[in-house]
Parts: sequence; C-alpha cells; structure tokens
Amino acid sequence: MMTELLVEILISLFLLAGVGFMFVAALGLLRMPDLPIRLHATTKAGALGGGLLMIAVGLEFFGDVTVAAKAAAIIVFLVLTGPVAAHLIGRAGYFIGVPMWSGTIKDELKGRYDHKTQTLMSPPGLSKTRDEQPKG
Amino acid sequence: MLEFSIFIAYVVLGISLVLIFFRLVLGPSLPDRVVALEMLATLTVGFIAVYTLSSGVTAFLDVAMVLALTAFLAAVGFARLIAKGGSRDDD
Repeated sequence: MMTELLVEILISLFLLAGVGFMFVAALGLLRMPDLPIRLHATTKAGALGGGLLMIAVGLEFFGDVTVAAKAAAIIVFLVLTGPVAAHLIGRAGYFIGVPMWSGTIKDELKGRYDHKTQTLMSPPGLSKTRDEQPKG
Repeated sequence: MLEFSIFIAYVVLGISLVLIFFRLVLGPSLPDRVVALEMLATLTVGFIAVYTLSSGVTAFLDVAMVLALTAFLAAVGFARLIAKGGSRDDD
C-alpha cells in the first residue's frame, strides 16, 4: 500500500520532469536567436526529457522485461543519435552561411574552413610547428 | 495522483507541439526547420511514452524506437543536402 503510493509519486516525478525538459527545449527552439543556440537548446534538453519519460515508463511496467528493454533501447538511441545529428546540421548550417546572432562576440571558425573541400585547417601556431618539425 | 500528472503532461506536451510548429513555419532558414523536425520526432517519442503510461498498451514503444532512428536518418540526409547541394551566401 505504502510502496505503491511511493512508486506512483516516483513515476509522477519522472514524468513531470521529463515533460518539463521537453517544454524547455521547445521554448528554447522558438525563442533563441540563431541556429547554433537553438541546437544547444533542443539537443540536450530534448534528449534528457525523452530519457526521463522512458524511465517513467520502465518504472510503471517494472516486472515486464521486454518493456524495460525497449525503454532502455529508446534511451540509448536518443542519447547516441542526438549529438551526431546536431553536429551534422550545425556544420552544414555553418557552411551555407546561416547568419549568426547580432550579439555574437567571437566566431573562432571564421577563415579556418576550406569551403571547397569542407575541411578544417589547423590554427596558425600549430601548423607552423608542424611545418618546422621535419627541418629540425 | 498519476492521472493528474498524466493530464498535466498531455497539456504541456501539446503546448510544446505548438511552439515547435511555430518555429517550423517561421524558419527562417532550412537548417532551422530541420532542427524543428528533429525536435518534433523527439516530442512524438515523449507523447508515446505518456500514452503508454495512461493506457497501459505497450505496443507503441516499438514505434517510438523506430521513430528515434528514422529521425536521425532524416537529419543526416538533410544535413548532406544542405552541405553539398544548397545555395551559399557566406562572406
């Protein structure tokens, strides 16, 4: 009796926390000023919210192993694929010159990317030492 | 108690859906819309989780699993399209 109530409270906490993080991610997606900052909001908060909701599902069907396995698989997929997809989209957006926020202070990648081959050049200091190494 | 939490969860997820849809319509660029689509897929996974809690039917968890993977594939395809084929307006 007591444990049922406690488990119910625990599931409710996970549920509301997950939904709250989902809402924060959606709000950040709408309100943040440019593409990298929007990615920053959705990737982390969205994956965390989905993971917390799946933990709530796994707790509700505690004895059922298949449900727990499915919930764990969904958490792994969300956490594994989210950062990779965000990196790819942010990189592609940087290449086609999506405008940055007007309050951006520093763009460290500016001038470092070869836009034809889409490869990143080393910073000046590093490439200099690498060139000098064969001589010495 | 759990019923009330599930009700709150449905309401908040619905509001989040509307917010994401605004970003999907507003744009302003294609990568922004791709981000909104990916977030929409994650939100659908959340919807399926809440529906599983409220109804007790666990069959939709398979759909959530496939959806998480398909959204990743769609994001990779869109990123490739943007990087290789899109128009470019950098300085």
